This record gives sequence, structure tokens and C-alpha cells, in this order.
Amino acid sequence: MDLNAFLILAAVLFCIGIYGVLARRNGVLVLMSVELMLNAVNINLIAFSAYVQDVSGQVFALFVITIAAAEVGVGLAIVMLIYRNLRSPDLDKIDQLKG
Amino acid sequence: MEWFDDWALTLAVFIPLVGMALVLLIPRAQEQAIKVTALATSVVTAAVGIGILVDFNYDKSGKLQFQADESWIDVISSRYHVGIDGIALPLLILSMLVVIGCIIYSWDHFPEPRNAKAFLALVLLLEVGMNGTFVAQDLILFFIFFEVVLLPMFFMIGVWGGPNREYASIKFFLFTLFGSALMLVGFLALFFTSKQQTFDMVQLTQFGGAGIDHTTQMLIFGGFFLGFAIKVPMFPFHTWLPDAHTEAPTVGSVLLAAILLKLGTYGFVRIALPMLPDAAKDWAPWIGLLAVIGIIYGALCCLAQTDMKRLIAFSSVAHMGFVMLGISTLTDFGINAAIFGMVAHGLITGMLFFVAGSVQERYETREMSRLGGLLTQAPKLGWILGFSAMASLGLPGLAGFWGEFPAILSAYDPSAALDGIAGSSAFTTYRTFMVIAAIGTVLAAGYLLFMLQRVAFGTPKPEFENAHVHDVHVPEWLAWAPLLVLILVLGIYPNLLFDVTDGAVTNVSTLFSG
Amino acid sequence: MLDYAWIIPALPAVSFFVIMFFGKRAPKHGAEIGIAAVGASFLLSCVAVVEWINRVEDATGGESHGLVALGKSIFAAGGAEHGVAPVVHTLTWWTSGGTEFGVGTTVDGLTVMMMFVVTLISLLVQIYSTAYMHDDRRYTWFFACLSLFTASMLTLVVSENLLQLLVGWELVGLCSFMLIGHWWEDRANSRAAIKAFLTTRVGDIGLMIGVIIMFFAAGTFSIVGINEYALGGEAQHSLLMFGALCLFIGIIGKSGQFPLHTWLPDAMAGPTPVSALIHAATMVVAGVYLGARVYPVLYEGFNIHDGGANFMAIIGGVTILIGALLAFVQRDIKRVLAYSTISQLGYMVMALGVGAWTAAVFHLFTHAFFKALLFLGAGSVSHSGSHHSFDMKSDMGGLRKHMPVTFATFMIGSLALAGIFPLAGFWSKDEILATAGESGFDAFVVVGLIGAVLTAAYMTRCVYLTFFGEYRGHGHPHESPRAITVPLIILSVFSVLAGFANAVPLGIHKFTEWFEPTFAFPHLVHAEFDYSLAIISVAIALVGIGIAASLWFRKEELGPFAGLTKRNALAGRGYTFLENKYYLDFLYENVIVDGIRGGVARAYYWFDQNVIDAVVKGVGRGAARAGRFAYDALDQRVVDGSINAIAAGTGEAGGAVRTVQSGRVQRYALLLFASVGVMALAVFLANVD
Repeated sequence: MDLNAFLILAAVLFCIGIYGVLARRNGVLVLMSVELMLNAVNINLIAFSAYVQDVSGQVFALFVITIAAAEVGVGLAIVMLIYRNLRSPDLDKIDQLKG
Repeated sequence: MEWFDDWALTLAVFIPLVGMALVLLIPRAQEQAIKVTALATSVVTAAVGIGILVDFNYDKSGKLQFQADESWIDVISSRYHVGIDGIALPLLILSMLVVIGCIIYSWDHFPEPRNAKAFLALVLLLEVGMNGTFVAQDLILFFIFFEVVLLPMFFMIGVWGGPNREYASIKFFLFTLFGSALMLVGFLALFFTSKQQTFDMVQLTQFGGAGIDHTTQMLIFGGFFLGFAIKVPMFPFHTWLPDAHTEAPTVGSVLLAAILLKLGTYGFVRIALPMLPDAAKDWAPWIGLLAVIGIIYGALCCLAQTDMKRLIAFSSVAHMGFVMLGISTLTDFGINAAIFGMVAHGLITGMLFFVAGSVQERYETREMSRLGGLLTQAPKLGWILGFSAMASLGLPGLAGFWGEFPAILSAYDPSAALDGIAGSSAFTTYRTFMVIAAIGTVLAAGYLLFMLQRVAFGTPKPEFENAHVHDVHVPEWLAWAPLLVLILVLGIYPNLLFDVTDGAVTNVSTLFSG
Repeated sequence: MLDYAWIIPALPAVSFFVIMFFGKRAPKHGAEIGIAAVGASFLLSCVAVVEWINRVEDATGGESHGLVALGKSIFAAGGAEHGVAPVVHTLTWWTSGGTEFGVGTTVDGLTVMMMFVVTLISLLVQIYSTAYMHDDRRYTWFFACLSLFTASMLTLVVSENLLQLLVGWELVGLCSFMLIGHWWEDRANSRAAIKAFLTTRVGDIGLMIGVIIMFFAAGTFSIVGINEYALGGEAQHSLLMFGALCLFIGIIGKSGQFPLHTWLPDAMAGPTPVSALIHAATMVVAGVYLGARVYPVLYEGFNIHDGGANFMAIIGGVTILIGALLAFVQRDIKRVLAYSTISQLGYMVMALGVGAWTAAVFHLFTHAFFKALLFLGAGSVSHSGSHHSFDMKSDMGGLRKHMPVTFATFMIGSLALAGIFPLAGFWSKDEILATAGESGFDAFVVVGLIGAVLTAAYMTRCVYLTFFGEYRGHGHPHESPRAITVPLIILSVFSVLAGFANAVPLGIHKFTEWFEPTFAFPHLVHAEFDYSLAIISVAIALVGIGIAASLWFRKEELGPFAGLTKRNALAGRGYTFLENKYYLDFLYENVIVDGIRGGVARAYYWFDQNVIDAVVKGVGRGAARAGRFAYDALDQRVVDGSINAIAAGTGEAGGAVRTVQSGRVQRYALLLFASVGVMALAVFLANVD
């Protein structure tokens, strides 16, 4: 199998994710983009795992999926709270931690 | 008395801590009980001190006595090692005495915002740090006590101080902390470069820097120097002192001048010189130079002052210059003089700050242009000011002379060990220092007498003409009497002190006699 | 008593504390305590003098009388094995480096003589003060200070070593400070006190360093030890020279020598008994005493034995002249006496400088009596005659009728000071001049003679303005009470008789014999009595009196001229002498004396006030200015400024970095990705090869 195809897919996904994280203002979409990036990484992990015939990459991918689920859960909860407080999911409005 | 030998120093250090805990336990409303507890604590501590004085073997004053050596922090091979010899003993006793005086002095006029409980607790904590520094025989222990002192003094200036107290207290804290950070680096460097990998001061002294290459020694000494010189304070590291003194409450100024400054000079004699004798030789002429600059510079600054307390603060720079000049000669004459100078300066400048505080309390100003005629309104206070000023300007027959004159004397003939260092000109260099220091005594007479003239002589200014000024009252007498008596007694019979220090000082000076 | 000499200073020291603590409650407010203590000290000093004389007589076995006949011979025995050793006792005072330093007593002829003078004059002054200071607001304190002074002075005198001497030296300075500033409510007084203290302290730098040099040279502070070292022949000459020079600077400061004499006239701000005791008879001669005490050091250090000029003799000579000249232009009687004291101290220092040790000490001895007498006389005048003023021109005049005792005693003192035969000043001044001539210091003989004529002249002026002419004051002059007149009478007896202790032509050598050290002391020349010199000096003094008398008489046009010559034989004879040589009269009146009075003396006084004093003030002011500059420009701006700059710098750096923390998640992410990208690029570039 050609490893390159997986890597290109993963890179494309990752870039889309980066774009989403940096450019979108909606908190939910940012979370989704993070999810895309994580999945791009997962693809890489699994591809390499198959390529080098080592199972640990797949184990890692499982971990990432689990953590990602948790992250989305917490993240969405935070976005919900932000929405409740600010009546908007717009991330640019949240700068209370400004130094 | 076996147990006393083992426990005396530990008691001397930690009784004030227990007393502080007790003070903190008593509710704030019961002020009388708080004051009595604090006083009792300091008196009990002093009683231990008297026990040490009685039990001390004066024939072997050069040997560490009352030693206790227990394991403490094994990981960094730091031990709880305390002990005392002829150099530390007078300073320990001085510290106990001054603390009692301070507690009595503040008996019924605590500075604003009163809060006797916190104030006295801080004084007792300060005593823990001061006593501990003088008895510690382990570098880490020494460092901890050395730093413990900072905190209470910071709060004392920052809370009970004058209008500019925040600036002064932060300056004091940061400046001295900066020095002690470098000092700690020096300690660590010494630990890692020494063969035994120990913090034990006795062992490090015996080791005497052997095997450490010269550049490293010089750098380590540099760290020590900064740490101690800032505390002394030596020119040009003195600028925290006038601010701290001006803003500090009276008791804070007294403790600062009488004891805290001595921690620096004590550090030189106890740590810097004996542990790194080779580097000390190279550093000594520079220390001597800064010392004489300090003498003249401090005196000149004094002449420009209009604030009484600030003047006394600058005079400390000048007087500690004499102490450092004595130390920099690396001779027994010089170091003996330095220790006498420390004790004398503690007594005399402490007294001057007490009087300045009392003057401020009565007139609510320290501006000398507004004062005058103190002798007509409060003759006893005026004469005590005169007495202290005379002692401070080094009048023979009072304690100040025996710090000043032998220091000048020792500069005529510095240690032979310096000969190779400053070239053949070591004698010329030090004799120049001697002459400059001698000129400093005239300037000292000048600024102290001008102060006396402006504050005590003449007639009161119109604004205070009809003021009712209370002469010295009972707590003041009680707090001051021991200091005044000691100034006189040590001045008339200096051997009381020289005899104690000489043995221990010889231990240090023999390192440089070759 | 020689072995227990410490008791003599201890008594007044104890009395100081007793007066301080209990004086106010005592029936006479402390005066009786002080008088009792110093009286006891005086008696003990007398005992000590007698014991010392016996000791000397025993040692020499009466042979010394034979020496009188030798006249010019070298008198002192010298050498450790022949002389009469001083009685030395020490205790450990302090220890350093295992060396013990003593405190104790050295008693020899010089010591007992000084103890006698100090205790006697202290006693008389204290008695005098009971009347003079009667209504003073700090009467008790005044007596306490006098006791402390006597104790300090005696400590200085009996010192075993130079360090102890330094202690006494500074303590007498302290007492002088406190007593000059006794009426410190007035700013002028406290200024004078500070000026005195600081000026002498400038000299003390020299003393301190001199003591240090001698300590390291001789290896001891002990006076006997240092003297032996100086004469031992193994001393390094340069060390001795520097030591002598530094010690001499101390002497200049304390004994009011040029150029550090300016404090002494100002010190007259203190009460008059103080001026008599401290600033005439005892403290100011401490410098001379020090010189006499460590004479071998000065002798070897300045090469006095070589003859010719040396620093010490020159300073002494200059001081004689400037002091005497300045005395002419004073209105204040105490200032006249103060300048006169400066001038007389110049004689003593010059005498030491020309090798006339005995003469110097002898002059110290006689001067103490007649100068104390004059000061106390001036005090008596102000107390009872001029309503507490010392201004001769506006508040005195014609007082001889109202105050006969004061007048008579003041006359005796003046004549003794002027060196008229056979009063005390004659013998001692003559011995100085004779010895100077004998040792080849001819120039200084001339200086001494000029000094003599000036002395006679200014004292005549002073006596004239005070006691003759019309009363110009506004009070009701009357004779002073007995507590004042009795000390005056006692002192005038001494002023008449003291000189006979060493009346060489009469075969009396007692002063030399008893009081000149014979142990660790250089061989000094003792001159034969020189009749021609003696006649010249008396004559010259008489001329001085004559000129001055005629001058002031005429100029002031007070009373008939003949009146003075009839009443006063000496002045009359002087005047007749002048009348017979009118051209001289003209020369003196219009050229020399007017020149001196109007020009030279005023110029000197101007120089004194505007240059020397201005330098002293300028140094003080300059130091204050330098201090202010150092404080403002250096300390506050540079040193402190750099500290503040570090703090400010740290704060600003923080402010700059602060903007990075925007609080926006996406900006953080951008930074994160950008930096990862940069790092990745860096890693890539680093590995590309």
C-alpha cells in the first residue's frame, strides 16, 4: 500500500483543521476543527503503525480518540457556558484573561 | 550543667520563637498580657545569655563552645550545628540586650497603627533570626537565619513606617535579597568545590579553600562580598540604608542599626575571610578602599542632611567603614577593632536612633532647622543626645573610640600576607587609608556637633516655644540605661571585650600571618 | 604617693559623678564637693612633689649643688643607669593579638610639677567660681565640668603611655567644648565651642597618627619605652622625623600655635574662670606638656642638637609674633589675654624647639600662675567693675580706685608677663633666651626679644585702658568679694615667687635639679646666666611699657600726662627714657607702633580673620557643599538612580511583554502554530545537507 496517500490525506485534514482553529469565530466550529486535526493525527498514527508492523501506533490512536471525546465534551460544555453568559459563541469576545 | 552546654544556644535561639507563638495565641484585646509575655520571653532569653556568659570558658575563647551538632537535612548533608566563640558571644549578648530595650521602649507608645500583638511578634521573630545567625555553624542554617531577619524587618518598615514606607521597605527587601541570592550561590559553589561536600562551617574553615583554583575562589568570594557588603552596608551599596532608617519606626531603626548591620560584618569575619583566605588577600585592598571611601563619603553626606534620622543613618555608613577598614587589614589588631567597633556602633547608634525617635515623638518632626533648644525643654534627653553624639564621634573614654582608633592603628601595619598582592605598596596603600580615615574622624566630629548644636543648643523655635515637652520617662530610662552604662564601661575598660574576642580573632588572623 | 598617683586624678573623677547625681541636693549645690575633691588632690600632689624631691635628693646625694658652679656644663646625667627613673605602674587595659596594653601612671619630676600646677589652679578657680558663677543657671553642672576637667587633665599628666595620654587629651578637649559652650542658649557660644573642638581635632589627626607611628616604631605605647627607643640610636631617623612631625601637629592644635591658633580667642566665649583654668593655665599647655613628655622623639626627629632652624622653633617664633601683634588691636580684655596666651605658648614651643627643655617647662610653670591671675583679674573686673562686660574701651577705665586689690594683683600679673625683674616671667623668659643663645639659635633670641617688647607694650595698653583714665562704664564699680580676691592674692604671690625656683644667678637651680628628667633623656645644654641678655630683655620690656604708656596716654587725652609717671614709677621711667630720645619717640609713635598698630597688626588680624579663619570656615563650608553635591548629584542621582533604573527597566520589560497576553484563544493558537512552524523550519534547515 502507498503510505503517501494516507499522509497526504492526513496533511490536508490537518491543514483544514488549522484553518478552522485560526479563522473561525464560532467556538463550536473551532472545536470541530480541533477534532479534524486530531483525526488527521490518528490517520498518521494508524498508517505508520501498519507500515512498520507495530501495534503501538494503533493503541495510541485509540487513546487519542478517547481523549478527543472527553475534550469535545468539556469543550462543548465550556462553549455552552460562554454562550449562556455572552449570548454569543463568538471567540473574539472572550478576552477576560487579557494581561 | 551538662544539659546546659548542649542546649543553651538552642534555647537562646528558639525561646523567642516560642514566645512569638504565645503572643500570637493571646487575643488582641489583652494587650497587657501580650506585652508581658513578650517582655518575659526576651528576659528569659537574656537569662540564657547570662548563663552562657557565666559558663563560657574565657581562657579558650578561640574554641567553639556550647556546641550542638545534630543531623538535620541529610539530603544536602546540612546539619543543625550551632556553637559560639569569642567573636559571636558579644554580638549574641548585644542582640538579646537590644531586643529587651526595644520591647520596653515601645511599652506604651507603639507606632501607628499600634497593633502591639503583631509588632511584638515581629520583634521576637527578628530575635530568632539574629540570635540564630550568630550561633549557626552550618552555611544553610546560617543562610536561613540570615534571611529570616528580612521578613519581620520588611513588615516593620512597611506597616509601621513613615509616609514613604512602601518604597523604603521594598527597596530594603529587594536590595538585601539580591545580595543574599549571590551569597547563596557562593555557598553552593563552595559546597560543590570543596572536597568534603559539606556545609559545615568548622570543616570549611579548616579546609580553607585548599584545592579550589584561584579564579573560582575569587568569584565565590565575590558572591560572599556582595551578600555581606550590602548588609553592612558598604559604599556604593548603601543607598537602601538611609531610606529604610528614615521610614522605619524607632524600634525598627534601632534593631536595624544595632544588630542587622552587624550580620554583614560578622559574615566577613566568620565566613568570607577564614573559608577563602587566598581570595581574601586579593580582595582586601579593594575592601579597604571602599571602606575609606565610605568613611569620607558617609561623613560628607551627613553634613548635607537636614533630617536628624537620615543623618544618623549616613553616619552608620561612615562608622561601618571603620569596621570594614579594620577587617580589610587582615590583622588581629584590625579584626579585634572591627568587632569592638560592631558592638560599640550597635550601642551608640542604637542609642542615637532611640533619641531621634523620642525627639520625633515629642516634636513630631526631625527637621533640624525646626528643632532647637532641646536642652532647655528636656535637659536629660538633650544630655543623653550629647553623650551619644560624643560617643559616636569617637571620644576616648567612651566605647566608640575603641572601634575607631585601633582600626586606624591597624591600617598602619596591614597583614604581611598582603605584601605580594598589592605589590610592595601594600603599606603605602594602607597608610594612605589610615590618613584618610583619620580625617574622617574630624568630619565625624563636625556633623555630630552640628547636629547637637542645631537640636540641643540654642533656644526653641517659636512654634515649639510653649510646647510642653516631657523629659525622659521611665520606659525610656529602663530601655536606655543598659546601653548608656555599657558605652561608658566599655569605654573605660575596653579589655572586657577585647579579652573575649582576642582568642577567636587570633584564629582568623593567623591564616594571614604567613 | 608616687606609687599611688592614680588617686590624684581619681578624686575629681569621682567628684564629677557625685556632683552629677547628687550635686543639686547638696547644700552648696555641688561646689563644696568639687572643692573638697580637688583640694584633697592638691594636698596629695604636694605630698607627691615632696616625695619626688626626696627621691632625687637621695639619688644625687646632694652632689648636684656642685653642678651649679659648672654653669655652662652639660648638666643632665642621661643614660639609663645614672638617672632617677620615673615611678611606673600599669594594669592591663586592653588586649589585641595576645599583646597586652597597659594603663597606669608614670611619675617623674615633670609629672609632679604639672600635678601641682593643675590641682592648685583648679582649686583656686573653683573657689573663685563660687562667687563668680554665683547666680548661674547651671551652677552645679559647671562645677561638675570643672571636676571632670581636672580629672582628665590629671589623667593626661600621669599617663603611662601615649594612648592614655590621647584619652586625657581628648577628654580635656571635651571639657573645653562643654565649658566654652556653657551658655549654649546663645548661638555664638556654641559656635565658638564647636570651632574650638574641631580645630583642635584637626591637630589631633596628627597626634593620632604620630602615636601610631611611634607605637609601631618602638613597639610600645609606653612613654618611657618610646623615649628610650628614640635615644637608643637604632631608631630609623625618617620614622622619628615623621613621628615628631605628626606629634607636633597635635601640639599646634592644642597649644594654639600658628596656624591653628584661631580657636583660642573665640574660646573666650566661655565663663572667665574657665578661660583662666583651661585656656590659659592648663589645657592649652597640654601640647607643650606632650612635647616635653616625649622630648627625645622631637629632639631626635627635628635634629635639635644640630642647632640652626627647625620647624618647631620656627612655628613657635612665628606664633610669638603674631599673637603679640594681634593683642594690640583688641577691645575685649579677655581677647588681649588670649592672644597673649598664644604668644606665650609660642615661647614655650620655641624653647622646646631650641633645646631649652627646662626653660620651656619652667615658663609653663610660671606662666600658669601669672596668666591665670590675669584672667581671674579680668573676671573680677567684669564681675564687679564693668557690669559683666569685657569691653575695655566702652565699659572700663579708672577702675584702680574702685578695685584696689584687683588692680594691684593685675599689675603684678602684667609685670610678670612682661618679664620685669624679679617677677616670675623674667626668670623663665630669660632662661629661654639664654639657652637659645647658648645653643646657637641666635635668630630666635631676637624673635624672643621682639616678643618681649610687644608683650610689655600691649599689657601696658590693656592695664591703661582698664584701670587708668576715667571710668567709662555705666555700673557702680566696687571691689570683688573675698572668694574672688583671695585666689588673686595667692596667685600673685606665686607670680612673684615662682621664678626663684630657678634663679640661676642666685645659685638656685632647684627647678632644673628636681624636675628635669635624668632617665631616658637627651643631654641638654644649660646656659649660664647671661647678665647682658637679662639686662637687655628687662630694658626692652621697659621700653615697651614706656612707649605704650606714652602713646595711649596722649592719644586718648585722658588725664594729665605727668600723672601716670608720678603714680607709676616704671611707666614714668620708661617715659623719661623716651622723652630724652625724642627722635626715637617719634619713630616709635608714628612709624613703628602706628605702623604696627595700624598696618601690620591689622593686616595680620585681617589675615587671621579673612584668610586663616576663612580657610577654616571655607573648609567647613566647602565640606558641607561637597557633601551636598555628593548627596544630590552622586548619591541620589547616580548611585541611587542606577538602582531605581534597574527596577524601572524590569518594570518596562514586563510592560512590553504584557501585550502578548491578549486573552484571545485564537491568537494564542496562532502563536503556537507559528512557533511550531518556525521550529520545524529550523529543524529542517539544520538537517538539510
